[in-house]
Amino acid sequence: MIEKNKKSYFASHIGLILGIIFIFFPVWLTFVASTVTQEDIIKPPFPLLPGPHFFENYSYALFEGTPEGYGKNIPVLKLLFNSAIMALGITIGKIIISLLSAFAIVYFRFPGRKFFFWLIFITLMLPVEVRIVPTYEIAAKLNLLNSYAGLIFPLIASATATFLFRQFFMTIPNEMVEAARMDGAKPMKFFIDILVPISRTNIAALFVILFIYGWNQYLWPLLMTTDPNMNTIVMGINQMIPGGDDFGHWPTIMATSILAMVPPVLIIITMQKFFVKGLLESEK
Amino acid sequence: MAKINLNNIKKSFGKNTVIQDLSVDINDGELIVIVGPSGCGKSTLLRMIAGLEEVNSGDIIINNKNVNNLEPMERNIAMVFQNYALYPHMTVFENMSYGLKIQKTPKDEINSRVKEAAEILELSELLERKPNQLSGGQRQRVAMGRAIVRKPDVFLFDEPLSNLDAKLRVQMRLEIKKLQRKLNVTSLYVTHDQVEAMTLADKMIVMNEGNVEHIGTPLDVYQQPKSLFTAQFIGSPAMNILKGTADGNEIKIGDFKIKSENSYSGEVNFGIRPEHLSIDDNGPIKATVEFIELIGSNTLIHCRIKNSNEVIVVSIPGIIQENLSRKEIKLNFDQSKIHLFNTKDNSRIN
Repeated sequence: MIEKNKKSYFASHIGLILGIIFIFFPVWLTFVASTVTQEDIIKPPFPLLPGPHFFENYSYALFEGTPEGYGKNIPVLKLLFNSAIMALGITIGKIIISLLSAFAIVYFRFPGRKFFFWLIFITLMLPVEVRIVPTYEIAAKLNLLNSYAGLIFPLIASATATFLFRQFFMTIPNEMVEAARMDGAKPMKFFIDILVPISRTNIAALFVILFIYGWNQYLWPLLMTTDPNMNTIVMGINQMIPGGDDFGHWPTIMATSILAMVPPVLIIITMQKFFVKGLLESEK
Repeated sequence: MAKINLNNIKKSFGKNTVIQDLSVDINDGELIVIVGPSGCGKSTLLRMIAGLEEVNSGDIIINNKNVNNLEPMERNIAMVFQNYALYPHMTVFENMSYGLKIQKTPKDEINSRVKEAAEILELSELLERKPNQLSGGQRQRVAMGRAIVRKPDVFLFDEPLSNLDAKLRVQMRLEIKKLQRKLNVTSLYVTHDQVEAMTLADKMIVMNEGNVEHIGTPLDVYQQPKSLFTAQFIGSPAMNILKGTADGNEIKIGDFKIKSENSYSGEVNFGIRPEHLSIDDNGPIKATVEFIELIGSNTLIHCRIKNSNEVIVVSIPGIIQENLSRKEIKLNFDQSKIHLFNTKDNSRIN
């Protein structure tokens, strides 16, 4: 609907601004809390404007972790690094595996093709939480506890991504495959030279979704890692939050929360370009 | 440069027989047009020659070599597809050179061959563009360029013009013909458009339901169609077919009798093209005008034959001003232009 009416123009903007304030307010409070001292937070009223301790709090959180006496945590930089490895590993792994399996399912006639497709499809019904015990058992027997491989591999298989690529490949005209065959392209050559480049906008969209999925993983890293040096950022935040009679060092916790938000936001902003491009490129 | 022999080709998909026992010989440098209605197996035939589809039985022989079990690329054939099938992420240059790149052709040669093809097709300015920045006609030319740079033995065209608008189609039709003459490469061209078929072909293959109905020059197909199907399929507006009974040199159609030079007895299908009928007060056929179509160059008069349910179309050059609607007219024709087909297997009698 396109409205040129001035009144509705204002009304819709007011609606949008209110919505943004509503969503953004907690994030703002988190940011404010990460720039003041512990005393400022404990003593009411809660500050609404940022304080002068931004660099101090952030550099302490990044390079030192939580201060002595408030529970012990490893530096946030290490947590961020672990999370990045895990999220990127899961994302890239999932994309490669699902591209290949969708390629096999769509372009090759092999016995049991339908069966394998449905087998993959059925795993949609089995998220990590459902199969967590047997998966843990296998990972433990393979000596994957406290390792990046253990964090990444069990989460790589993805029915959703396979399904998405399958649907996309099925919209590619058959003539394209035939033209490549006439040009003498062998199957893997066709896959790498033509199919993957054509799918790049889908890959970008999936990259964003899967990166956030990997970044937000909580339960699996909690089970897999006992060594604090292998902790991920989401776990790290949780471990900083005090339980029972403990005290938490809130400026550090808040700084860590903000730091945990930065990578997914960056990914979304950089990948947004490809989304728009993907929407405009209707020609196949 | 190639000679193609198709010997007893058979093809079916499951229980569905698409091509039943087809044999054709194609000479070096000929432009063959395969024409027929949708689903007659013409595209399947082309795809089998290309190697995209396997034959169930029979032999495809190119230059005296059986290519049944060769990959498309090894047959040294190039194909132009209906929707062009250009690679959307590659530039025109990359599209045209992809096949050569796979064959590990040296870079200099790729460059010179693409340049040469681009000049022939007037694409030199567009080499850096992507397919989605090109018009339909330009894409069509890129698809042809992709075929030319390979220097193939055979060109295959699968309805290459059907995605273009009418004006461009006529123009490209001419260009394809010129190009084929210039390169002198044996070509097979599939189309359902009979005008395209008539204008392009050195030889036409008319197909119907997996069978070859007629192989011959366009004029031969037009003037002496071997079967009722060919007679009705080729020519626009379609040939009039009237049911009649032949008795010696006389054919009885409805109430009136027509003299024929052929002696035959029994049921016949009598065919006469609309353009070979004329309004003549001494004509043997009486008919009532039902409606008139003005095309510009011609006037089509749809009439119903007196005391019969059959409709006959007459094509008169120019525009007829006179209001003929609902009037009774008499039609005449040239004896040499009639076509007679028997009713049993629909083959030609005269």
